[in-house]
Amino acid sequence: MLDATLSTTGAQGRRHYDGEFILEVDGVRKEFPGVVALDNVQLKIRPGSVHALMGENGAGKSTLMKIIAGVYNPDRGEVRFAGEKLVIRTPIDALNCGIAMIHQELNLMNTMTVAENVWIRREPKGAFGLIDHARMGTMTAELFASLNIHLDPLAIVGDLTVAQKQMIEIAKAVSYNSDVLIMDEPTSAITETEVEHLFAIIRDLRARGVGIVYITHKMNEIFEIADELTVFRDGKYISTVPASEVTRDDIIRMMVGREITEMFPKVDCPIGDVILDVQNLSLPGVFDNISFKLRKGEILGVAGLVGSGRSNVAEALFGVHPAETGDIWIDGEHVVMTSPQVAMDHGLAFLTEDRKETGCFLVLDCLENMQMALITRDKVNGAGFVQQAEVTRLVQEYSAKLRVKTPNLAERVENLSGGNQQKLLIARWLLTNPRILILDEPTRGIDVGAKSEIHRLITALAGQGVAVLMISSELPEVLGMSDRIMVMHEGRVSGFLDRAEATQVRVMELAAK
Amino acid sequence: MQDTYTTGAEIKAAPRRLPPEVNILFVLVGIALVFEILGWIFQGQSFLMSIDRLKIMILQVSVIGIISVGVTQVIIAGGIDLSSGSVVGAVAMFAMSFAQVSTYARAVYPDLTDLPAIVPIALGLMAGALVGLINGALIAYAKIPPFIATLGTMVTARGFAKWYTKGQPISFPTDDFAFIGKGMMPVAIFLAVAAIFHVAMKYTRYGKFTYAIGANQQAARVSGINVEHHLIKVYVVAATLAALAGMVVAARGQTAQAGMGLAYELDAIAMAVIGGVSLTGGRGSILGTMIGMVIFGVIISGFTFLRLDAYYQEMIKGVIIVAAVVADVYRQKKRTKKS
Repeated sequence: MLDATLSTTGAQGRRHYDGEFILEVDGVRKEFPGVVALDNVQLKIRPGSVHALMGENGAGKSTLMKIIAGVYNPDRGEVRFAGEKLVIRTPIDALNCGIAMIHQELNLMNTMTVAENVWIRREPKGAFGLIDHARMGTMTAELFASLNIHLDPLAIVGDLTVAQKQMIEIAKAVSYNSDVLIMDEPTSAITETEVEHLFAIIRDLRARGVGIVYITHKMNEIFEIADELTVFRDGKYISTVPASEVTRDDIIRMMVGREITEMFPKVDCPIGDVILDVQNLSLPGVFDNISFKLRKGEILGVAGLVGSGRSNVAEALFGVHPAETGDIWIDGEHVVMTSPQVAMDHGLAFLTEDRKETGCFLVLDCLENMQMALITRDKVNGAGFVQQAEVTRLVQEYSAKLRVKTPNLAERVENLSGGNQQKLLIARWLLTNPRILILDEPTRGIDVGAKSEIHRLITALAGQGVAVLMISSELPEVLGMSDRIMVMHEGRVSGFLDRAEATQVRVMELAAK
Repeated sequence: MQDTYTTGAEIKAAPRRLPPEVNILFVLVGIALVFEILGWIFQGQSFLMSIDRLKIMILQVSVIGIISVGVTQVIIAGGIDLSSGSVVGAVAMFAMSFAQVSTYARAVYPDLTDLPAIVPIALGLMAGALVGLINGALIAYAKIPPFIATLGTMVTARGFAKWYTKGQPISFPTDDFAFIGKGMMPVAIFLAVAAIFHVAMKYTRYGKFTYAIGANQQAARVSGINVEHHLIKVYVVAATLAALAGMVVAARGQTAQAGMGLAYELDAIAMAVIGGVSLTGGRGSILGTMIGMVIFGVIISGFTFLRLDAYYQEMIKGVIIVAAVVADVYRQKKRTKKS
C-alpha cells in the first residue's frame, strides 16, 4: 500500500542491497576553528537492524548526523551508502539517496494541515498541475493506517500536542520509504505509551529491511530496541558491540572513560554560611520541586543531560523566566524573583548558556558590552550621564585581569574569538560585584587555554567568598571544579554528590536513569 | 582580587580610527561636488557659493530632520515608527486650535484665543507623547510588531487630523506661536534637538540602553535593563519630536491642514538609513542621520538649481536610499570578515 502511494509521488522505492552494510561511515574527521568535533570515526549500519549511537553531550553524534544529512562536509573520510561513496550537499539530496532523518527538534509547519506537512514538496497533482487535496488526504490516511497512527489528516499541526507532532515527523520520515532512517532522540518529548507505539513501528521497519540509526541517552531503550551500539567519546570512535553482549555499566564506562587531561585547579577554600536557599521551586512541564542550598565560597556544580531543566532553573533563579511555585531565600531574606533587576538587587549575576543569543551585543564594542550590566544600577549621575571615565577605568582593569585579548575596547565584539567573548561576559558580571554567580556552560565552545583561565578565575572568586552555581555538560569540568554536585534528570534533582564521592560513572548513573 | 591572578596588559580604551560617519560625509561631499560641477556646466554658476541657497536648503529639511532624530533612536532600538508623519498632521491641527488669535472670527475655540504660546505647545507635545505611549505600550507589552503597531497609529492619527475640524484648515495663530516657525527658527530648533540627542545617545544611560536593546534584546533583559519601560520611553520621545515638528510646520505656514506631514515618516527613515542607521538595530548615530539629512537637502536643492523635473528628483532619491543601504551592508560584511 505504501509503495503504491509513493510510486505516484515520485519518491523512489527501497532498493535491494545485498552487501553487509547499507550505510558506512569511514574515517571521518571534522574540524571547527579550535575544536576537533570528529576524529577518525566510523559507524556501520546493517540493513534490517537498529543501531544505537551513544555518547555524552559533545561526543560528536550530532556533527556526524549533520555530515550524513549534507549540512557539513567532512574534512577527511567518506560516507558510503549501499557500497557507493555518498556525496550529499543538501537534506533533499539525502532523501533522494534514501536516507531520512528525524531531528531532535520538530520541523513542522504549524499553520498547515497534517497532510500538507507530510507530503510537502511531493504533493499529488491533479488537473492543471494543481494540488489534489482529496488524494493527499487519502494518502495520509493510508500511511497513518499502516503505522497505526490515529490522527486527522486535515487537522492543523499547531493544534496538536508535542507527542502527536512527533508521530507526524515519524510518519513523514517513514513515507519516504528510505533505506536508512536516522532518529535523533525521538522519545525525548513523548510518553511511555507512545514510546511503545514508536518501538512497534521501528520493529516493523526493521522487519522490512530498513537500517535504523537510533540516537538516545536512555539506557533502557537501548536494551529494548537496539541490535548493535556504537559509542563515541569526545569526537572519537570508541567501539561497536552487539547490544546483547554489554551491560548498562559497560556502556557508561565506554561513554565517560576518559582521563581528566585538562587541569582543573580547584583550590580548597573556606566555605561559609548559606547564602542561597531554594525550596521546592517548580515550573510545570519544565522543572519540578527543586531544592538546594548554596554557601558562600562554595562551587555547586549542576550536571545533567541537555533538556534536564538545568538552564531553566538558572533562568528562574535570575528572574528571566520565573518559577511558578517555590521559595527563594537570599541571606535569609525571602525574595520573589520576578525579573533580572530583582535578582541583581540581591547580588546575583548570570552568565547565560548561549553567548550569541542571550549574552553578547555583537554589533556593539567591548566597552559597551562589559559596562552594560554595571550601568543599569551604578556609575550614573542624577542626570542620567554615565560616569564614563571611571567606568572605562574599571572596564580596563577587569579586561586586563581576565586577559581579554582585543586590540582595544572599541573593537566590535563580533570580531572576537569565543573565548574572549566569554571572558568579556564574565567581566560584565564581575563588574557588578556579585555575591552569587550563576554560570551556565562557562567554557562551552572555547579553546583549552581560555578554558583553564576561566577555571582559575572561578576558583579565585570562590576563594573570595562568592557563591558559585556552575552548570556544565562537561563531566570533567563539573568533577574538577565543584565542591558538591547536583545532578538533574528530567526536570528533577536526581541526587547530590560530594566532591569526594563523585565519579563520572556515578554522575552519569544519576543523569541518565 | 588583585592578588589572585596575574594581570594582562593594559588595553587601550579607544583607537585612533575615523568614526564611521566619515564615510557618509564623503558621500555628501561627493554629491555636493557633482552638483557644483554640473552647476558650472549647465547654469554657469556655483551651486555651493550661495549663502541663500544653502540657507533654503537646510530649512527645507530641518522639519523632517527633527522627526528623523526621533526615528533614529527608534531604529537603533530595533524598531520602526511609521506614525510620525500623521502625528505631524494631527498635532499641527490640535495645537493650532489653541493658538489662534481673538481677532479671527471663526476660531475653533472662540473662548480660547490669544493664549500664551506655551499652552498650545505644551498641549501639542503632550498629544504627541500620548501617541508615543500607545505605540510603546503596544510594542513593549502587547508584543505587536513595531511596523504594525505604528501603522495603526499612523492611520488613526491621520483620521483624527481630518475629523478634528471636518477637514477645515486652522489658521491665524498668535505671533508668539508663529515665532517657532519664523525665519531660521526651524533650523535652530532642529540643531538644539539634534545636539541634545547626540549627547543623550552617546553619554547617557538612555542612549546606552537604546543601543543595547537594538543590538540584542534578550541580552539587554538579562543584563538588568527593563526593556519594556525603555522601549516606551523611546517611542514617546519619537512621537513627541514628531509633534514638535508638526507645530513648527504649522507655525511656519501660519496654518494647519489635515494632510500635513504626509509621508514625512518615510523621508525621516530614509535620512536615518542614508546616515548609516541600521534597520536591524544597534547601529547608527544622530550625527550620521544629520549628514543623511543634509544629503537629502543637497539633492532637493541641487535638482531645483539645475531646473530638473521634480519627477527625476524622487526617482533619484529612491536610488540613493537603496544605494546607501547596499553600501552599508557591504561595509558591514567587510568589517566582520577582516578579523
